[in-house]
Amino acid sequence: MCNWDEDSVTMAVEASRDCLRGFDKRGVDALYLASLSFPFQDRQNAGIVAAGLNLNKELETADFTASMKSGAGALLAGLNAVKSGDYRSVLVAASDRRRTKSAWFQEMWFGDGAAALLLGSENVIAEYRGSHSISRDFVDHFRGPNREYDYGWEERWIRDEGIGKIIPEACAGLLKKLGLKGSEIAHFVMPCVFGREAAAVAQGLGIDKAAVADNLHSLCGETGTAHALVMLVSVLERAKPGEKILLAAFGQGCTAVLFEATGTIAKLAPRTGIAGSLAERREEKNYMKYLTFNNLIVQEFGMRAEGDWKTALTAQYRKNDMLLGLVGGRCTKCGTPQFPRADICVNPGCNARHSQEPCEFADLPAAIKTWSSDLLTFSVDPPAHYGMVEFAEGGQFMVDFTDHEVGKVEVGMPVKMVFRIKNVDTQRGFTRYFWKAKPVSPRAKEA
Amino acid sequence: MASGIKDKVAILGMGCTRFGERWDMGAEELMVEAYEECLEDAGIGPERIDAAWLGVCVEEISIGKSSLAMPMALRLPYIPVTRVENFCATGTDAFRGAVYAVASGACDIALALGVEKLKDTGYGGLPVFDSRAGTLLSQWAPNMTAPGAFAQLASAYREKYKLKWEDLKLALAHVSAKSHANGAKNPKAHLRRPVTVEQILASPIVAYPLGLFDCCRVSDGAACAIVTTPEIARSMGKKDLVSVKSLQLSVSNGVEAGHKSWDGSYFATTRIASKKAYQEAGIKNPRKELGMLEVHDCFSITEFVTMEDLHISPEGGALKDVMDGFYNADGKIPCQIDGGLKCFGHPIGASGLRMIYEMYLQLLGRAGERQLANPRYGLTHNLGGMPYMNICSISIVGRYD
Repeated sequence: MCNWDEDSVTMAVEASRDCLRGFDKRGVDALYLASLSFPFQDRQNAGIVAAGLNLNKELETADFTASMKSGAGALLAGLNAVKSGDYRSVLVAASDRRRTKSAWFQEMWFGDGAAALLLGSENVIAEYRGSHSISRDFVDHFRGPNREYDYGWEERWIRDEGIGKIIPEACAGLLKKLGLKGSEIAHFVMPCVFGREAAAVAQGLGIDKAAVADNLHSLCGETGTAHALVMLVSVLERAKPGEKILLAAFGQGCTAVLFEATGTIAKLAPRTGIAGSLAERREEKNYMKYLTFNNLIVQEFGMRAEGDWKTALTAQYRKNDMLLGLVGGRCTKCGTPQFPRADICVNPGCNARHSQEPCEFADLPAAIKTWSSDLLTFSVDPPAHYGMVEFAEGGQFMVDFTDHEVGKVEVGMPVKMVFRIKNVDTQRGFTRYFWKAKPVSPRAKEA
Repeated sequence: MASGIKDKVAILGMGCTRFGERWDMGAEELMVEAYEECLEDAGIGPERIDAAWLGVCVEEISIGKSSLAMPMALRLPYIPVTRVENFCATGTDAFRGAVYAVASGACDIALALGVEKLKDTGYGGLPVFDSRAGTLLSQWAPNMTAPGAFAQLASAYREKYKLKWEDLKLALAHVSAKSHANGAKNPKAHLRRPVTVEQILASPIVAYPLGLFDCCRVSDGAACAIVTTPEIARSMGKKDLVSVKSLQLSVSNGVEAGHKSWDGSYFATTRIASKKAYQEAGIKNPRKELGMLEVHDCFSITEFVTMEDLHISPEGGALKDVMDGFYNADGKIPCQIDGGLKCFGHPIGASGLRMIYEMYLQLLGRAGERQLANPRYGLTHNLGGMPYMNICSISIVGRYD
């Protein structure tokens, strides 16, 4: 499960940051975001992610939703946009924070997660070979308006009439289109809640049993519409040049996509990825925390939580790059980075006016300067931790901490800035985002 | 060069309510209680007051906006009234308004009153900062409380001087134990029970490393001063006069919040305001010349580092002074002789004036069981806001010779 301050938007930002490492994010022409758990029904969620990533403002953004195959759909839309020549670079992210009632078997099954892929036409690590899609109004489950949870039909029917027929149809169609045999597939990426079904489908298609990718259920659970991309990224982390990868995403039909890994895959700079994220995980064995993080029980936060968190949308827009992109300023006279950006330089020895250019703080190295753990303030996961974070290049500010280990926080500890939910204005249904400092333990230090 | 405020204004009278959980009173009734004592002490009627300043910080749970609540409660005779709000420096800043008005010659007699009704909040501690704290600030400031904000000082101070948590915690416990011992002797104090260092160390943590007894009380109360020139005071037959020697404010400009030159372990504002205050008052060696202190001990760590920022304990020397009892009632410079925010209580808008009230009583020999021997100067200090962005106010009062 994700932390209480994560949702499909924040996880998409973090997966995308990881994906963009080493690439020019300013060159991204479009951002497609898929999720079945968007925090906003009307306010483009991909736009929030784009602001969080501080992408170029000349950008197409689009949300993909309402089917388990939306993640693959966003991927296909991006591939087609690049193939058409209209866009040079498209970022695709799929992300889900999954909701289920407590004590339902889906609890054992569901997981929260996100993955992102950067699409382009040069130096690709995997070449897009083709796709085949089938649309069928097969309702294995659904979620109507203003409903929090899925409602589903009998699993045996879903397996035999849906997954067992529609996925093979789409995959066989694609293999036929490309003149390939199932035995040529090195990695078969088929998200499926039924553990053994992917192997059964593979067998029918002539795909080797060893090519069936692990569904990761035992590691991170089924991450909804993100899961096809989560599994694909996991496979790309170990795919060898020349290997063919068949992706099949089910949901009111099926989208099948085929990639072939190139020689570049071995040269891709290391990143956190699925393997790294799983290695960084913090185990939570307290079931009550799962319930409270997911708002599944009635909790009392005390009167302190009754504050009014209305957001002045005017101020939010005026300071959009600061609040969502963690963009501060750097004084062109004295070079001091500072957050927030202001008309007059904060350096007491400078105080130059109107001298600052935007400066991204999100990836700057930083460490804890002061801290406390606060048992008085209301928090979904007390005690809340916060403190002054100092950036190595200069600049410091007070900020909430997250993903910390209680009792392990110290002055001097390096932190990584992460995009998180600040709080939710429950009165109006508005989720507020800002950045938090995540203490980096030596174990999780990046390579 | 400005000549400063020294000896231009004298205190004609003062009043202060009992601080505490005054369930039976609102801000209006608290104002009347402080005002009546003050008026009687000054020996004048309301018609002599030319102008007034009201200090209230958390108006949203008491009087609402504007100054109107005070002239309406006190039935002031249609005079100018200004409301001041400057976090915990509110009371001293209201006093500053009245003192400056008299010093300017714009009026002969002015009134300053600070009041806070906090126990209508519905829960312990100070009210939360939500979107009303600022449309932009609430979108990025951490989910912070006052104890959590001030506890930051401890982590930075400990790092700077490589102290063990136990040693720092012990010194902080001594800070609180001393204030409890003093508060026990003050009939107007909110908390009047002495507590031991052991009890303090065993108290539950509120914001690490601060425990329950490291935090001051949230109280209801009001305090009031009437000021005039020494000449007018003398003409009214007042013999022993307490005059204002210095009034200083220093307000953060964002350096501590955003520039790495601040290490998080001290109050930049207090260091500046105190230097200016000593200069204005003509004090060359505060450690030798000051007779008593009332500092802003919202939390034990605040008082602890303030002792250095006031240039009384040397940098890094607060721990030794605290453990030596330098600031105890029988020490070299008694601090929080009235119990401090810790035990007298902290109705925010009233606190600055409450501190001056104690200095005034001590200088006039009216402090009863707490009376110190022959103090010459008394310093009061408030710190409003957070360590990384705050308002520091300092007043020095003394006998008018």
